[in-house]
Amino acid sequence: MTRKGKLVANAAGRRVPMVVNGKDQAPYQGVDGFAPADAAKHGPPLRSCRDYPKTGDKRVADLRTALERCGVRDGMVISSHHHFRNGDKVALATLNAAAEMGAKDLMWFPSASFPCHEPVIDLMDRGVVHHIEGSMNGPLGEYCSRGKMRGLGVLRSHGGRWQAIQDGEVRVDIAVIAAPTADPFGNCDGSHGPSACGSLGFALADSIYADHVIVVTDNLVPFPCVPWQIQGNNVDFVVEVDSVGDPSKIVSGTTEITRSPDRLLIAEYVARLLRDSGIMRPGFSFQAGAGGIALAFVQYLKEMMQQAGVRARFVRGGSTTYLVDLLRAGLTDYILDGQTFDLAGVRSIASDPRHVPTSPFTSYNYHGKGNFASMVDAVVLGATEVDIGFNANVVTHSDGLLLHGIGGWQNCLTAGCTILALPSFRDRIPVIVDEVTTITGPSDLIDVVVTERGIAINPRRQDLLDRLRGSDLPFRPIEAIKDDVERILGGPPEKPTLSDEPVAVVKWVDGTVLDTVWRVPG
Amino acid sequence: MSARGAAGRQGDDVRSDLHVAVELTRSGGQDIDVASRVATFYGRSIEHGAVTVLDALGVKHVRVRIDDTGALPFTIAARVEAALRRAGVERAGDARPARTVVTADPSPKTRLRRSRLYLPGNEPKFMVNAGLYQPDAVILDLEDSVHPAEKDAARLLVRNALRSVDFGAAERMVRINQLPMGFEDLDAVIPEEPDLILIPKTEQLEQVRQVHERILEIQQAAGNDRPIWLMPIIESARGVEHAYAIAKATDAVVALTIGLEDYTADLGVVKTVDGAESLFARSRLVNAARAAGVQAIDSVFGDVGDEAGLAAWARRSRGMGFEGMGCVHPRQVQVIHAAFTPSDEEIEKALQIVAAFEEAQAKGLGVVSLGTRMVDPPVVLRAQRLVAVARRSGRLPEAGRDGGTP
Repeated sequence: MTRKGKLVANAAGRRVPMVVNGKDQAPYQGVDGFAPADAAKHGPPLRSCRDYPKTGDKRVADLRTALERCGVRDGMVISSHHHFRNGDKVALATLNAAAEMGAKDLMWFPSASFPCHEPVIDLMDRGVVHHIEGSMNGPLGEYCSRGKMRGLGVLRSHGGRWQAIQDGEVRVDIAVIAAPTADPFGNCDGSHGPSACGSLGFALADSIYADHVIVVTDNLVPFPCVPWQIQGNNVDFVVEVDSVGDPSKIVSGTTEITRSPDRLLIAEYVARLLRDSGIMRPGFSFQAGAGGIALAFVQYLKEMMQQAGVRARFVRGGSTTYLVDLLRAGLTDYILDGQTFDLAGVRSIASDPRHVPTSPFTSYNYHGKGNFASMVDAVVLGATEVDIGFNANVVTHSDGLLLHGIGGWQNCLTAGCTILALPSFRDRIPVIVDEVTTITGPSDLIDVVVTERGIAINPRRQDLLDRLRGSDLPFRPIEAIKDDVERILGGPPEKPTLSDEPVAVVKWVDGTVLDTVWRVPG
Repeated sequence: MSARGAAGRQGDDVRSDLHVAVELTRSGGQDIDVASRVATFYGRSIEHGAVTVLDALGVKHVRVRIDDTGALPFTIAARVEAALRRAGVERAGDARPARTVVTADPSPKTRLRRSRLYLPGNEPKFMVNAGLYQPDAVILDLEDSVHPAEKDAARLLVRNALRSVDFGAAERMVRINQLPMGFEDLDAVIPEEPDLILIPKTEQLEQVRQVHERILEIQQAAGNDRPIWLMPIIESARGVEHAYAIAKATDAVVALTIGLEDYTADLGVVKTVDGAESLFARSRLVNAARAAGVQAIDSVFGDVGDEAGLAAWARRSRGMGFEGMGCVHPRQVQVIHAAFTPSDEEIEKALQIVAAFEEAQAKGLGVVSLGTRMVDPPVVLRAQRLVAVARRSGRLPEAGRDGGTP
C-alpha cells in the first residue's frame, strides 16, 4: 500500500499525511490560521444554449442514457446527496448503472452516506468505486476503518464540502440530484411531491460547479416547477423514475423526544444554561439538531421563553415539529432550515414563508464573505468523545472505528456559545477522556460540556463563567466529572491498539487536514 | 456430573448487565471467557472482577462464560456470585465488592420524605444515576418488581449496590419481601446499613416487630447500632383497620404508607385517577399515622406520561395530610417536590404568624394577634410546622443561619 506517505504534525499536534489520494494537502494551522492562496473559485466549463433544446425539454430515457451522454468514464467523480437519507435509491442506481457500463475506479462523493448504501462495499470490491470522500458509518465505516478501501476516506463538514467543490479541491464530473419535484428543464424543488424532503441545499454546490448535472425525479411537473431550489439552467439532463426513495425513511413521520431520564436532565440543564447566562434574551438565536437531547432541550427552552416573554429572531435547524411549534407560537420570527427531519418540517417549509430553506453556502461555507453559523448565539451539539482540553470527536468511536459523518457539526462550532450535550458515559464507555481518538473540533471553539453529572465550562470562557455567577446549575471542572465517571466505571479504560496506517483524514472547514483516522486491526 | 449455574441477562435489549454461566470442574483451574461490548476498554477488568469473586468463595476449578453489555463492577460481582451460588457453591466467603460509598450520618426520624424513587432490585442500569434526580429517597425493591425466580440474584445486586452506588443525598431504602422470605433479604442488606426498610403487605403489628427484632439481631452480631427505620406498607382492608397499631408497633416506625394496587384489588374495586375508592383508606392512614406521631406517605401515581394528573393527585394528597408519595420514574420527582413543598404565599403567611407568636412570647402575652385578627394556638403550630418543612426543602435558610425560629 502506498498509504504510508510522509506525515507531519499539524497545529493541533496531530500527525497528518501531506498527500491524500494523490493531492497535496495543507496541514491544519489553527482555527483561523490558514489563508487560501491568491486564487479564484473553480469554474465549470462554459456551456451554450446552442447545445440544449430550445423547448427546454432535457428529458432522456433513463439514468444510463444520461450517464452515457455525460461521457462517464473510469476515474470520474460522481456526486450524490443525502436529502433522502436512509430511503435514498438514486445514488445506488447511479453507481450500478455506471458499473453496468463498465466504469472503473470512480470516486463517490456523497454529501453523506447511510446504511442503505451498504451495497457500495460490493462496488468497491469489484473495482467500480475506488474510494469514498464523504461520511462513512456502519458497514461502510467499518470497511474503511479496516483498511479495505483503496484510497483514503476524506471526511468533510457540510460547509467543507461546499468549500472543496468551490475551491476546485474536488472536481465533480457528474452530479446526480434526486429531486422530489422537477420540471423537464431541470428546475427542482424539495418541498413538494410524494418524496418531499424539504430543503435541497446540499445539492446546490454540485449544481453550480459540476461539469455535468443530472436531475432524477419521480414527480415530474410541466415547466415551471415552483418554487425552484435548484436552477434548471445548470442542469444537463432530466430522468424520470418510478421512485427516488422510500418516503417512510426519507423523513420521520414524527421525531421523538428522548424518554431517558438522564438525557432529559441534560436537556433541562442546557436550557437553564441559556436562560441563566442571559443568552436567552429578546432577538436571540439558537440552533439545535434532531437528536433526542436537542429536541428535549427545545421543549424546555420553549417553556422558559414563554415564561420570560422572550422571542427569538431566528432558529436554525435541522427543522422538526418542535421548531415549527416555536414558529407557530410566535416564539421565533424565522426558521433558517438546512435540512428537514420530519413531516411537520416538510409541510411548514412548503407553506410558511417564515420557514426558509438555506444551503451550506449561506450557512456554513468558510471560504465566503461570512456565513450564518457564526451569527448564531448558541448551538447545542453532540459528540462521541470530548477530552479534558475541550477537544471533541464526532467521527470515530473510542475504539477507533468510523462511526459518524461530520455533517454541519464543525461549521456550527463558530456560534457565540457552543454547547456539547452528552451523557458522561455510555454503557461502560466514558465520554470524557484524556485525549480524543480523533479531533473533529478544536478546543478553541468548544465552550461548554453539559453532562448529567455536571456542567464544565472551558476556562477560556471566563466571560461566560462571570455571566453565570449566581446560577444554581452544577458547574464543575471537566476533570472532576471525568474522575467521577472513572470511579463509577471501575478505573480508566484500557487504550485500544490502532495501527500506524491512515485510512481517512478529517478536514477542517478551510480545507486543511485536522486529523487522521487510523486503520483498526481486525 | 459437574454442577452448573447461570445468572444475569443477555440479549439485544439488555444494557449495563451481563450473563454469567459457570460450570464447576475438578481440574483445569479458573477458565474464564469474556465476550463484551466494552472488551476493548474493560476486558481485563471484567475478568479481574470474576476472579475476585471466585477466589473469595474458594472456587479453584471452574469454567466461566461471561456475556457482558457494559455492566459496572458491582453488577459483575453480583452476577458471578449468583451463578456460583446457583451452581451449589455454599461456602461462606465475602464476595462483596469493596465499599466505595461512605455511609452518611443516620437519617433523622422526621426527615423530609416527599419523594421515594422505586428502583427494581434486579435492574442495574437504573441504579447508578438515581441520585442525580435528587429524590428524597431511593427504594431498592426486592419485592414486586423482582421475578420470584430472581429473588436470590436481586438480593446480591441490591447488597452490592448499597456498597458501591452513590445515591447522593437520598435516603437509602430497601423494600423486602413478605416474611419469611423477607428475613433472607434482611440478612443480605442490613449489614450494608440502609436507612430504612419498607415492609410490604403489613396487616398486623407482629409483622413489624418480627422485622425489627431480626434487624436488631443482625446489627448486634455485627456490633452496629446505626438506626434503621421502618415504613410499613398497608395494602389490604385488614391492614387499614390495624393501621394505628402497626404505626405504634415499635419506635423504629417513622412512617406509614399505602399500596393502592393491592388495596383496591382486596376491595374488589377499580383504581381510578381521582382515587375516590381509596379515600377512606388513605384518610384512615393519615389519621392513624398522625395519632401515632409518624409520617403518612401516599402511594404512587402510575401513569408516567401524565404529568398534570400526577401534579393534581399530589396536591390533593398533600391536602389530605400526606407528606410525600412514591415515584415510579425520575421525571415524577420534581413534580412531587413542587406539590409537597409549601408555596411562597404559604411560607410568607406562616412566617408572619410565627413572628407574631414570638413577639407575643417576648412580651409575655398569652394571646397572639396578627393585625386585627387573633391567632389560635393550633394555627401557630401549623405555621411552625410549615416553616420547618420549608426549611428542610431548601425554600428557607436552615434555622440558626438566619437566627430564625425552630
